[in-house]
Amino acid sequence: MGTLESADQLIKDFAVLRETEKLDLLLEFSEALPELPPRYADHPELLERVEECQSPIFLFVEIEDSDVVRLFFSAPAESPTTRGFASLLFSVIDGLSVDEALDFDLDFPFKLSLSNAVSLLRLRGMLGILSRIKRQIREKTQQ
Amino acid sequence: MPIDIDSSSKFDKYANPGVLVSTQWLSENLQTSGLVILESDEDVLLYQTGHIPNARKIDWHTDLNDKATRDYIDGEGFSAVMSRLGINRDDTVVIYGDKSNWWAAYALWVFKLFGHEDVRLLDGGREKWTSEGRDLTKEVPSPTPSTYPIITRDDSSLRAFRDDVFLHFGKPMIDVRSPEEYSGERLTAPGYADEGASRAGHIPTAASVPWSKACNEDQSFKDRSGLEEVYLKGAGLEGHSDVIAYCRIGERSSHTWFVLKYLLGIDKVRNYDGSWSEWGSLVKAPIALGEEPGPLPQLV
Repeated sequence: MGTLESADQLIKDFAVLRETEKLDLLLEFSEALPELPPRYADHPELLERVEECQSPIFLFVEIEDSDVVRLFFSAPAESPTTRGFASLLFSVIDGLSVDEALDFDLDFPFKLSLSNAVSLLRLRGMLGILSRIKRQIREKTQQ
Repeated sequence: MPIDIDSSSKFDKYANPGVLVSTQWLSENLQTSGLVILESDEDVLLYQTGHIPNARKIDWHTDLNDKATRDYIDGEGFSAVMSRLGINRDDTVVIYGDKSNWWAAYALWVFKLFGHEDVRLLDGGREKWTSEGRDLTKEVPSPTPSTYPIITRDDSSLRAFRDDVFLHFGKPMIDVRSPEEYSGERLTAPGYADEGASRAGHIPTAASVPWSKACNEDQSFKDRSGLEEVYLKGAGLEGHSDVIAYCRIGERSSHTWFVLKYLLGIDKVRNYDGSWSEWGSLVKAPIALGEEPGPLPQLV
């Protein structure tokens, strides 16, 4: 479950890695992205496409018990970087309260020291996912 | 020692039959000495999830682009990348990648800016290889570093800059982006990030020929007559044409550049890598909207 501390920890973790190790860690995240539960796997039309990403990725946000943010993603195995971005965000945002998630640092993707290993251009995709997560939360909580 | 070309009958008809290899040919040449296989992908992690045995990874952005300036690496930088990858100046290099070989063609184009003689594409790219159920491995080769000479990059014949585009009006240009980007309906390809152009549309007089017109469904290139149908009959190009191709940042247009230059053998083909992300932000650069190429701009 995500906590604000886990985001800080992740930023520190990436900062000390060599460039190749950063890619390895991103790949580990990519492989750890949870599968969609059947209620979404069977209804892909419920998911929103993230247009900012170069590869197809779809997401859905649920608000549990009116305050806990739950994230669901679908991205193909041929797009491991996009899956890795989604999984990183899942690890730090899923489980946050609505207010915590809405306050979550939009600059997080650029604080992960990935600009050399991955390139700034590609990191914009992660910002796109994060922005859409926040928008869905606002829509679902009328904030 | 030069490595034999793939003598498939399809390739035989192209203007330069030696620039493509089939998946079958590559599978028989995985261990051939003097042959280096490179994977060049849009997705920076895809290689790590499994690649063609013996393939080494090259990244269009982190390896081939200059770290600061919007430009490619210089001769020293290229020499360093080649050395790290264990590539010698006389090696045969076969490049393949995801997304129908966009980034493979882009890497090949950069190799050609440095005059590397024998560079070929895997016809159909990564997708064709995997869809045929061919072997992938996660084993990363550790090549012995090579000594690659420092070659001055030569942009003059294969690369167009914005000033060249202004001087080119009246000669053919090909816009290879999606019809919606061409008409100005949208700024980026469906599913792609905004790369900063402030206006939508196309360079006046450029013909719209989306890159995918060069491909079959399995992402391999169309045969010679199929390509002639699209580019000669359809877009009005001729063997002696002087053509500039562009897209958004130069990757899809290197795919078309490869087709025009090597498969159809058109005399002078340049890739404008500044492409729409430059032209669409350039103050006073003329822009046409809609589905028609638009009139020749009156430049003062």
